[in-house]
Amino acid sequence: MIRRVIKRLWGVLPVVFGVLLLTFLLLHLVPGDPVDVMLGESAAVADRAQLRAELGLDQSLPVQFVQYLQHLAHGDFGRSIHSGQAVSSLLAERLPATLKLAMLALLIALLVGLPLGILAALRARHWPDTVATLFSLSLSAMPHFWLGPLLMLLFGLWLGWLPISGMTPASAIILPALTLGFGLSAILTRMTRASLLEVLSEDFVRTARAKGLSESHVILRHALRAALLPVVTVVGLQMGSLLAGTVITETVFGWDGLGRLLVESIEKRDYPVTQACVLVIALTYVLVNLVTDIAYQRLDPRVRLS
Amino acid sequence: MKQLPALVILFWLAAVMLAAVVDLQPDHIHLEYILAAADHHAWLGYDDLGRNILARLLSGAGVSLLVVSAVTLITLSIGTVLGLLAGFYGGWLDRLLMRITDIFLAFPGMLLAIAFAAVLGPGLNNLLLALCMTSWVGYARLTRAQALSLRQRQHVQASEALGASPWRLMRHHMLPLLAAPLVVEATYSMAGLVIAEASLSFLGLGVQAPQASWGSMLRDGVRYLLVAPHYVLATGISLMSLVLAINLLGDRLRDHWDVKRA
Repeated sequence: MIRRVIKRLWGVLPVVFGVLLLTFLLLHLVPGDPVDVMLGESAAVADRAQLRAELGLDQSLPVQFVQYLQHLAHGDFGRSIHSGQAVSSLLAERLPATLKLAMLALLIALLVGLPLGILAALRARHWPDTVATLFSLSLSAMPHFWLGPLLMLLFGLWLGWLPISGMTPASAIILPALTLGFGLSAILTRMTRASLLEVLSEDFVRTARAKGLSESHVILRHALRAALLPVVTVVGLQMGSLLAGTVITETVFGWDGLGRLLVESIEKRDYPVTQACVLVIALTYVLVNLVTDIAYQRLDPRVRLS
Repeated sequence: MKQLPALVILFWLAAVMLAAVVDLQPDHIHLEYILAAADHHAWLGYDDLGRNILARLLSGAGVSLLVVSAVTLITLSIGTVLGLLAGFYGGWLDRLLMRITDIFLAFPGMLLAIAFAAVLGPGLNNLLLALCMTSWVGYARLTRAQALSLRQRQHVQASEALGASPWRLMRHHMLPLLAAPLVVEATYSMAGLVIAEASLSFLGLGVQAPQASWGSMLRDGVRYLLVAPHYVLATGISLMSLVLAINLLGDRLRDHWDVKRA
């Protein structure tokens, strides 16, 4: 087990290195001179030279990359061109709001997706299945920037139950979390349904039924435990997408998290902030995938004991 | 009912062609009709500058379909060639391609396309570039995986034993068998690209004003949500109808060819 975890960790290193390299190279994709783009062409020569030195653009590319890694190792993500604030403190300021949003969205997705998927599988090809299929099908065609406004209209304008934008009052989190959570619940519903249907046709379920166990016991204790394993993987994989999804959702709802920070930095051409946001989201994604993979191996006796 | 997805797609194609032939004046501003509701002239009402929403929707559909077809054509070609070469020859080429795609896949969802578009700057060309840079990965992975198993098939091995060139093996014995899964993958990916183009335009990274785009129309629609819900609704329903239709078409093609998706 330990050996397998170490092997998995070792395999993830090149990916982490690649992610660092790609985000580092982002700044060099800027057409023309990034310093011109960030400060405007009319900026004073001294200011430009200072920014150039601060970004390390006066060094050769490999030296710049090593410096970039050294700074990151010290938790130094550079400074915001716009406000002069350390990017690390900006990140620390915004991250909790995003994590809160993502956690609530995940909870909603699980509460909606799992029951709906299970119901659809148990009543396959009957009306609960049709409802679940329609639900997941239409949600898969609704990006956050369309589902969000729709929920705003429904609960904010027409029913008047919830605030539609901003961070206060506390209930302001509900609509953005629903937007993110519904998108994920569509995938969960589909996965749970497919997985449970497959398990229900397996021999051990027939055996459990044949020895006279009650149907609820068969479903809950035997079938569901096996069926939920692949769902764990999907939840893990989708956690990262949830973080990426906050970019649009937070913009729609004016939620001051990491995603909005990224969009603001793009609008202000504040490249160090853009770079840091992209890096943090990507590395979190890699980390969550790694943890999911290891958790899956712990959970699945076939993998654990092999 | 079964033909509905194809009909919806045909509707949008026809509408785009109509908008290309007849000038519906999507940029014409009527200041006296700002955010006005539908009338006999503008069937879906007017936007925040008093422009005809229906005309702008059709113009935006043109942008969307242009981006989707261009990006699909380019990335499908690149991804297929790279995946085929890697799966056929294996070795360092295969390892390199897998490493590179691993890195691209380490960025969730739209994040990498957003990052590329952000540093490249707004505009249609950069939008195309950003989407191309991120969309080839899926095709390359799929083709590579299929090519690995096709390489071991008897008809390929037999042809190789008879002295067929690698080109002939790939072109005549492997590529035809790759067509079905690739077309299914491309269909689903097109639905994703409609959303991707709209997402980037929503963030202000796509085509620039006054050119209409579904994403930027949704952004403006959200801004005027409380006073003119018809703006968001018309744009959102258009986008959803196209994405849903393409997805359903993908489902049908997948079932028709019995393609297993990863």
